[in-house]
Amino acid sequence: MASELTVTLLRFGFLALLWVFVFVILAAQRRDLGINQILRFNSLPGRGRRGAAQSTASGQQKQAPSAPQRPGQLVIVDGPESGTTIRLGDTPVLLGRAQDCTLTLHDDYCSGHHARLFPQGSRWFLEDLGSTNGTFVHGERLSRATLVEPGTPFSVGRTVMELRA
Amino acid sequence: MTPKTRDDVRPQPPEAGGAHQAAQEPAPVPRARRLIELFLLVIAWVIGIGAMCMVDVELAAELDSRIVMAAASLIVGSLIIHVILHVKARYADPFILPVAVALNGIGLAMIYRIDLTTENGVAPSQTAWTAVAMLACAACVWFLKDHRVLRRITYISLAASILLLLLPLTPGLGTEINGARIWISLGGRTFQPGEVAKITLAVFFAGYLSANRDLILLAGRRIGRIRLPRFRDFAPMFVAWLVSIGVLVLQRDLGSAILFFGLFLAMIYLATNNLTWVVIGLLLVLVGGIFAYTTMSHVTLRIDSWLGAFEPEVYNQEFGGSGQIVQGLFGLASGGLFGRGLGAGRPDLVAFSNSDMIITSIGEELGLLGLGAILMLFLVLVSRGLRAALGTPDAFGKLLGAGLSAVLVLQLFVVVGGVTRLIPLTGLTTPFMSAGGSSLLANWVIVGLLLAISHSARSPRVVGEESPEEGAGGGSAPTPSSLPAADDPGATAAISRLGAGRREESAPSPSSEGGRS
Repeated sequence: MASELTVTLLRFGFLALLWVFVFVILAAQRRDLGINQILRFNSLPGRGRRGAAQSTASGQQKQAPSAPQRPGQLVIVDGPESGTTIRLGDTPVLLGRAQDCTLTLHDDYCSGHHARLFPQGSRWFLEDLGSTNGTFVHGERLSRATLVEPGTPFSVGRTVMELRA
Repeated sequence: MTPKTRDDVRPQPPEAGGAHQAAQEPAPVPRARRLIELFLLVIAWVIGIGAMCMVDVELAAELDSRIVMAAASLIVGSLIIHVILHVKARYADPFILPVAVALNGIGLAMIYRIDLTTENGVAPSQTAWTAVAMLACAACVWFLKDHRVLRRITYISLAASILLLLLPLTPGLGTEINGARIWISLGGRTFQPGEVAKITLAVFFAGYLSANRDLILLAGRRIGRIRLPRFRDFAPMFVAWLVSIGVLVLQRDLGSAILFFGLFLAMIYLATNNLTWVVIGLLLVLVGGIFAYTTMSHVTLRIDSWLGAFEPEVYNQEFGGSGQIVQGLFGLASGGLFGRGLGAGRPDLVAFSNSDMIITSIGEELGLLGLGAILMLFLVLVSRGLRAALGTPDAFGKLLGAGLSAVLVLQLFVVVGGVTRLIPLTGLTTPFMSAGGSSLLANWVIVGLLLAISHSARSPRVVGEESPEEGAGGGSAPTPSSLPAADDPGATAAISRLGAGRREESAPSPSSEGGRS
């Protein structure tokens, strides 16, 4: 038979253990939650490593921040409607064949709602909306939202477009 | 006028950088952190199994088979998931699994403890369900290398949700227990299909909204500051909403109705970053609530026993009285700050103390401190889910992760709010804790999905991708409101065409009617 003292100790020990568990989790999360993250990036050489990894991943991307002005034009370079120029505003653009898209493409290789182009800071990002034939930048099929630099052609169906300043 | 040529421009909210801010957050070289997961898992086992042993030290010393089985299924199940994470999803979040295991362990201990003093015998079946649910979670991580494949089954999951919700209404298969017709019985076992439907609905909402949120936002008539979406853009959402609410009213299960409606609102808000929808939704809830209160007897009962819980005639009512709530509150009160100690309380006085009211049973035996720790664990779990949603690069994953976290937190709120008399008590299960296999299964599958999403959020990016607004947003944690809607479509398109003269004449071409592929 366990003594009264042991039972009491166990009781409080269990509560303490629960909270220890909580605090261990919180402490382990500290890094992940990004506390002091900016400081570390600016003062430690980790930043260089990160830059190196990035430039190997895609040789075309520049380290220097791109122009503060967001590209303001979308030009269709190739495909059924080549030559069309569209002025971009501050709002996302929906590309596809459906009538309700912001830019309706008369391209049989496009899906109804094919891709969306959305602004973020001074840059435009391209995101595929689960199209059948895919959206390609640099010949690679997009699997996630990707930065589109001005002058880089990207293709939606048979239509090839690029951003211009 | 087509939506394309509208020229009203709302400025982009400046804090809209949340989506890709996450890309800069992982440390320069992402670490898998599987070791810390194993360490936390060990603590979680000690918590769960320790709790079972403390209930009755003598029984534990004799190696009660129920304890041994529960311990075995907890340890083996979580080890399997851990190993699969090692192999298949190395970068998955290391905190989600241990927290879920700890919560499940405490729940098992409580159910076992209530078994000892009442004639219930749920512990063995709950242990079996734990094993099954953990295997389901493991299968989820194993087969779901990329959560984006779920996007392909957007409409299938809508159909599946409808089917699952209608199943209990089929005569012969559906069973009515305690006034709610939400169970199906197969070969003597009961199952609650609605629990699975909450996952399929979340998948549908995420898939549909990630593809169509621009349409919902941008196309449509404008009334004042609110832009009403066109009906055909919104119709599938409306169908999903109507079916879940309609069926649940028919099945007389208020808790699930609140859960589904809450999920619907949360997803709409996350996708559109537009508070008007939430306000409209809450107004609808108010109207619906008043309507239900006046017309439906079981809702009237619930609300009466919430508002007048301590009045003798309500308390002593034979069916649906407030005795359960009040006994639960007394239990919490007698627990006090430190609790009576495991095995020393009287949770057997409360009806359904191992399912609907398990929170008060825990509060009685572990006290405010213990219950607080458990709520903290839930908070951690949900915040990790939201963190995964923040970090994952695709809109579908963001919406799914945040939506599944919303399911967990809504369910917890409805339960804890109900037993503490903050809101009317409705019969929902506490995630991971309540006795009930279907709920356990569904919640472990949610954990599996969150793990898969967090893997894609934390794993190193293969495609070179710059994060916008680098350094500007810094480490400031984005507010949950800006989470998944961060690549914010919250404004209208302002595009004027320059060289599109021939576009006008070809407007009704048949090819443009083609459906989305």
